[in-house]
Amino acid sequence: MTDGLIMGLVVFTLATFIGFEVINKIPPTLHTPLMSGSNAISGIAIVGALLVAGDRNWQLTTILGLIGVVLATINVVGGFLVTDRMLQMFKKKEV
Amino acid sequence: MSEFLPAVIELSYLVAATLFIIGLKKLGSPASARRGNTIASVGMLIAIVATLLHQNVLNYEMILVAIGIGSAIGAVMAYRVEMTAMPQMVGLLNGFGGAASALVAVGEFWRYITSVEAVPLSETITIVVSVLIGGVTFTGSLLAFVKLEGWISGSPITFPFQQPFNLTLLGAFLVASGFLIVDPHQPVVFLGLIGISLVLGILFVLPIGGADTPVVISLLNSFSGLAASAAGFVLMNNMLIIAGALVGASGIILTEIMCKAMNRSLANVLFSAFGSAHTASTGGSTGVSGDRVLHQIDTEEGAMMLGYAKSVVIVPGYGMAVAQAQHAVRELADQLERLGVDVKYAIHPVAGRMPGHMNVLLAEANVPYPKLHDMEDINPELDRVDVALVIGANDVVNPAARHDKDSPIYGMPILEVDKAHHTIVIKRGMNAGFSGVENELFYKDKTMMLFGSAKSVVEQLAAAVKEF
Repeated sequence: MTDGLIMGLVVFTLATFIGFEVINKIPPTLHTPLMSGSNAISGIAIVGALLVAGDRNWQLTTILGLIGVVLATINVVGGFLVTDRMLQMFKKKEV
Repeated sequence: MSEFLPAVIELSYLVAATLFIIGLKKLGSPASARRGNTIASVGMLIAIVATLLHQNVLNYEMILVAIGIGSAIGAVMAYRVEMTAMPQMVGLLNGFGGAASALVAVGEFWRYITSVEAVPLSETITIVVSVLIGGVTFTGSLLAFVKLEGWISGSPITFPFQQPFNLTLLGAFLVASGFLIVDPHQPVVFLGLIGISLVLGILFVLPIGGADTPVVISLLNSFSGLAASAAGFVLMNNMLIIAGALVGASGIILTEIMCKAMNRSLANVLFSAFGSAHTASTGGSTGVSGDRVLHQIDTEEGAMMLGYAKSVVIVPGYGMAVAQAQHAVRELADQLERLGVDVKYAIHPVAGRMPGHMNVLLAEANVPYPKLHDMEDINPELDRVDVALVIGANDVVNPAARHDKDSPIYGMPILEVDKAHHTIVIKRGMNAGFSGVENELFYKDKTMMLFGSAKSVVEQLAAAVKEF
């Protein structure tokens, strides 16, 4: 189990560095869309919620998972759609 | 087939993670940003579908109902929200993401202690961390939302012994975690941990408000990613860990940019309750003597100055957002450009209530983004500009930040509108800015004050310029 934990830390650390490298030097104009777009990505918690909610035997865990699915879906769908709505406005005048 | 399935799922996660990284990369340039967002959303779809293939996920009917409800709510929110309310929207969505992550950890904990399985030590630790980050993100974001909506005062709220109290709570959390690690089968202790996390989230955001909000929104954005990562550690799921880490990094970068733009450390923003009555009274009286004169003009004179200028730089602030004046501003700029005036916009990094807030509002009003200039680009030009038009901004144009060592905002980079040949300031009244400092800009000989709501004043200016 500790092996898994250490492996997880390796993945986490490397992904953080990728994040820093990829997102560095973003122009201020795009700060809000970056925030709402990355916010939608943090809705990845939906994957965890699905795994927790997947059990067919009803119990507290399933219910918590399903609430998690609802909340994470709002996060994902709302986040991506609102970002698209914003970026559409930026896009129009790009000539 | 069944032995291939785990590999297929893991590979799908790899594809999804790659799409997230490509999507974020493309979000970095206006030309490709929209495609980047679409690519990231495809990544999310792949991750969700792959997860539904998982052998433990059987509860399809209920899951589809849950996804349906969530999608409907999310879509309605995304299409209904006003652009001026974007900070609240992002705050709320952060909170939902954090809550979902915390629920994953709570659900896993419950599954462990109701089954015969022994709870591994690393599992208890990751669950506790996950509950803490997720809980703080949830209530912290909700409070930020409530403050931004104006349901409660947006200014910092403090009470005696705030810091010692917070530290005590954090200490209690650590002690309770210790108990839980020794023996995980203690639901009451676990409930206590959840409770403390939720309270800590509220206490963390309570003393931060007003113009410091961009920092706290960025930080909560980062937390929502870290919460997802923590949930990933609980489930040992790389997809969650990677995506969460990416968001965590992006939020930290934005937080740092915001702090730099105010020349303050993160610790100072989080703990100093900046702008509350206390700091205001210590720094507010310096810099400006009471007998200076304001030069007040009306919109006719304002329109005259703007219309006969060669170049105008518009400096929007939170006041423009509150008054929803962005369309009126665009109309004024159009009228000025018709007369051959060169119009530019100068955007301070922390103008408004979230990073990039002004840019989004002006984009909504169809202002082409090449006309928006960052502070570093526009400051060297400002001494050649005929008129700087300040609309609902205050602290970010206060020259005291340059020279008054006693001022709370000393050292903060500002837009140097006082160097323009003339400055017109549109303002509702003579209230001090968020920092509580009086603005000496208003008393300069070259500064003309135009009092009134940003929207109606700008509309009147546009109408008057139209007559030229």
